[in-house]
Amino acid sequence: MSSKYVEFVAEAEEIIDEASASLLEVQDMLPSADPSLINGIFRAMHTLKGMAGLFGFQGLSDISHSLENILDLIRLGKAEMTMEGASFIFGCFDLIRSVVADIRDAKDPDSDALAAKLVEIESFVETIKGGGAGDSDIVFSEQYSAILNVLSEYEEHRLKANIKEGKVIYLLSVTFSLEDFDVLLKDLADKIKLLGELISTMPTSDGVPAGQIGFQLITASDRSAAELQESLACGVVVLMETAAKAAPVAPAVQRDAMMEAEHTLKSSSTSIRVDISKVDSILDTIGDLSLSKQAVFNIWNSFREEYGNTPLVIDLYRVSQAMQRRFSLLQSQVLEIRMVPIGQVFSRLNQVVKRYAVKAGKNIKLEFFGDETEIDKSVAEEVVDPLMHTVRNAIDHGIEPEDERVSAGKSPEGSLEFRAFQRGNNVVISVNDDGRGIDPVRIRDSAVKKGLLSEDDEVDRKEVLSLMFRPGFSTAETVSETSGRGVGLDVVKEKMASLGASIEVNSEPGVGTGFVFTLPITLAIIRALIVRVSTEIFAISLTSMSETFVVEKADIQELDDRFVCDLRGEMLPLVDLRELLQLEPESMDRYFVVVVGHGNRRMGLLLDEFIGQQEVVIKPLGPYFDGLRGFAGASEIGRYKVVLVLDAETIINESLSLTVS
Amino acid sequence: MTRSMVRAVVEEFEDISTYEASSGFEALKILPEFPLDLIITDINMPDINGLELISFVRSDARYKKIPLLIISTEKSDEDKKRGLAMGANAYLTKPFTPEDLSRAVGELLNL
Repeated sequence: MSSKYVEFVAEAEEIIDEASASLLEVQDMLPSADPSLINGIFRAMHTLKGMAGLFGFQGLSDISHSLENILDLIRLGKAEMTMEGASFIFGCFDLIRSVVADIRDAKDPDSDALAAKLVEIESFVETIKGGGAGDSDIVFSEQYSAILNVLSEYEEHRLKANIKEGKVIYLLSVTFSLEDFDVLLKDLADKIKLLGELISTMPTSDGVPAGQIGFQLITASDRSAAELQESLACGVVVLMETAAKAAPVAPAVQRDAMMEAEHTLKSSSTSIRVDISKVDSILDTIGDLSLSKQAVFNIWNSFREEYGNTPLVIDLYRVSQAMQRRFSLLQSQVLEIRMVPIGQVFSRLNQVVKRYAVKAGKNIKLEFFGDETEIDKSVAEEVVDPLMHTVRNAIDHGIEPEDERVSAGKSPEGSLEFRAFQRGNNVVISVNDDGRGIDPVRIRDSAVKKGLLSEDDEVDRKEVLSLMFRPGFSTAETVSETSGRGVGLDVVKEKMASLGASIEVNSEPGVGTGFVFTLPITLAIIRALIVRVSTEIFAISLTSMSETFVVEKADIQELDDRFVCDLRGEMLPLVDLRELLQLEPESMDRYFVVVVGHGNRRMGLLLDEFIGQQEVVIKPLGPYFDGLRGFAGASEIGRYKVVLVLDAETIINESLSLTVS
Repeated sequence: MTRSMVRAVVEEFEDISTYEASSGFEALKILPEFPLDLIITDINMPDINGLELISFVRSDARYKKIPLLIISTEKSDEDKKRGLAMGANAYLTKPFTPEDLSRAVGELLNL
């Protein structure tokens, strides 16, 4: 995609995302509606229309224009927002999204679909026109003409709508300095929003000292003037009151708002938007620098060996150490930039899940915990799809229909809970439902039927559940028709594995099901353990291991065709990496063990030697090696020394499937 | 967007420098900074609408006399009347050609 469209696509996507979130809120609140949300969507369409027109995407501009008109009718009270209306508009958003995606992929937008949608919108507009409350029955007396004269049609409508609701109309006055009034005004507007509706902001220089600017804010509220005065710390005067004769506008009481709360400038635009590839190239550079710092360290080592601890050698050491510290700091600072709160993922899920639940005819309560947990932007992007599949499964098969729930003694509303928190180097996301749970017997039977298991294989409950993730396994339990293409849980697992993440599932029939995803916080630079297996050297990411230890050959036992050893009272299954990686077999007296995996997938990898620990930048192997399983990529660990990075998840999968079949 | 088009047309006149405000609020900041010979504004702005800006400009002794041109998509006569009644000097409705704009600007600046 040409660089001039990159900006457009990024902004267009952001606009549609925000508009969707607002529309979802509007839909939730129906039949009452928050005018500022409606106005927000209106402005979003207006902006999109202008942008699309500017870049020459006429079809897109036309659709935005039509939507802008619909929203204008609604916000002016000339039409009403309904569930059908919201659904229809969501459909239009979907079309816009796919057009923007086409632009991003340098494809020609589907002009037929756009034209068809435009016609649809026309007829839709006809159906909603005249539906609104209207306000032509309110007439103002002469004394307000000065104020009314400067109000836009929308502002006037909002004024009338509030009067109809019996709110009192106040005039608030503030004075700010010219430098930061916009920020302070926004803060004030936010506060006003909690107490009422800000209808219009009118600037004034009447009696205002130089370098400052005054504002009169027309505000509707059901609170008392005293309350407003106290909460907002500005001059408050009643402008209009229904029933009583309104007092004429009194001269504004000036307050120097600069004495107000310590406002930091941390609002509106103190952030910049950066293309993630720029951040990645900085990380690449840091990765390369990190090799240099390693080289310096090695040089110091050689000097020390040759010359002993002369003052110069000691100096070199200090400098090298300082550099190491600073590079680590630089690295974590840059990685910080890539971090986004997982709330972003949650809000996208929220939107989709709600619509999906409606489609599936289920009443579902969604709860999200841990919104602020931070995760790497690229992990966030990649994790949305698998989470969505998991949720769709939960909605389709987990949560029972209302009557079934009630007879089971559950609340008619199904519950879906998302939690996110950080644990060490990982972010854990759990998705829990209180549905009918997974019946291990059915899974087992289905697996037997599909030849994944033989009749007399004994598998415990945990292993049975992990069968659900095998390719080719799909009962009516795991395939959702509504999710189309019969996507099974094996896809979810693979996607997660490619992120270096693990999945665990717990379920209790009748009670519910929970999925626990453990994701690395960041994919970019990781600390890895450098190890030797036979004659080969590999790297394993530290985030995929929980501990390491040494085991004597004598302490390794055989149990059911597997090798295990005792780890603090529990049997730890062991995997001989020489065997798995098809290297020269050799029996050793002692092995170094790396423990990977969690819960029922925990196992120990046997290797020859720990060489050291190091930060590495994992680079993908490239299309030439597509289909090579077991490796997360390759890394440079020294001057011109490249090693393969082992992928713990696929190793675990391989060994599990070897043992089960 | 339209702003850049407007800017391009205006800067075709000799010896003119332009200051752009991306919102009504920004305009409020720019006004006291420079001696202005012409103000071109839209009606539809998110923070303070164009009419409020005009009212502000016309009620302040410092800016009262500055010629003011309104540009807007609002085809309603109502806004046009109000704008002119409040002291704007001219009104252009989108879509307009660069020539229309150039002519209006030239007239207001007596060029």
